[in-house]
Amino acid sequence: MATAARPAGAVGAAGAVTTATAVPDTLPTEVEQPVEDSSVKTDRPWIVIVWNDPINLMSYVTFVLQKLFGYSKAKATKLMLDVHHKGRAIVSSGSRERAELDVFRLHEHGLWATMEHEQ
Amino acid sequence: MKLGRRLRRTKGGQYQLRLSKAERDLLRSLPGQVRDLIDSTDPDDPSVRRLFPPAYRNEEKAEADYQSLMHDDLLEHHRQALSVMEETIDANRLDEEQVVSWLSALNELRLVLGTNLDVSEGSQPVAPSDPRAPGLALYGYLSWLQEQVVEALAASL
Repeated sequence: MATAARPAGAVGAAGAVTTATAVPDTLPTEVEQPVEDSSVKTDRPWIVIVWNDPINLMSYVTFVLQKLFGYSKAKATKLMLDVHHKGRAIVSSGSRERAELDVFRLHEHGLWATMEHEQ
Repeated sequence: MKLGRRLRRTKGGQYQLRLSKAERDLLRSLPGQVRDLIDSTDPDDPSVRRLFPPAYRNEEKAEADYQSLMHDDLLEHHRQALSVMEETIDANRLDEEQVVSWLSALNELRLVLGTNLDVSEGSQPVAPSDPRAPGLALYGYLSWLQEQVVEALAASL
């Protein structure tokens, strides 16, 4: 995640946000996870994971976790730091429907969230 | 540029937006640019993909089902936030709902710009002659502004 530094003379340095250097795919490539078969019925809960990314501000991620899940500032900050330092954190768990809703709300806020069956 | 606080919460629960004319002019065209981008429905554009991440990493069928159900709602959310920012770019007062939209819109601008600039954590400053310098300066300004919006909203949590 990122921290916001004071801008250095940004105003006047107008640029277009949609045109810049071409970039490679920024999707995180996760290869260590085995492929799961979703047809297998199981009682294991679904977990919602937030992944680290270099753009979302640390303060913003903490704020979103507080707002969406009602977490205390301390708990949201700990989860944010887990994302930042460990690359990911489990932010919620529950039924598949619940997890899909949580993922959607996190995507609304631009966080990199996925869901999977708890291992 | 004076670095005073750009967004203040008033006693009445409204928000004062204190941007200079130069800042408003800088920001004015950005929401429309991103809206055009996400409307272009080029799913292979990395910055578009960043605004519409996958929900399932390893389950193609579940992912396809999820996207067919949710993609349009997410698109509408993003478009709505960008429109609110665009429509209130000259406002001096915002209500909380509008500030929440500004927060979303600023984040969308940063996600698109940051992806296009390929920013990474702990990026080193670049030389003014670097072709990425103007974009990175704008990115830095948007980050600074978003941080202020977060602070103003977090105070009311």
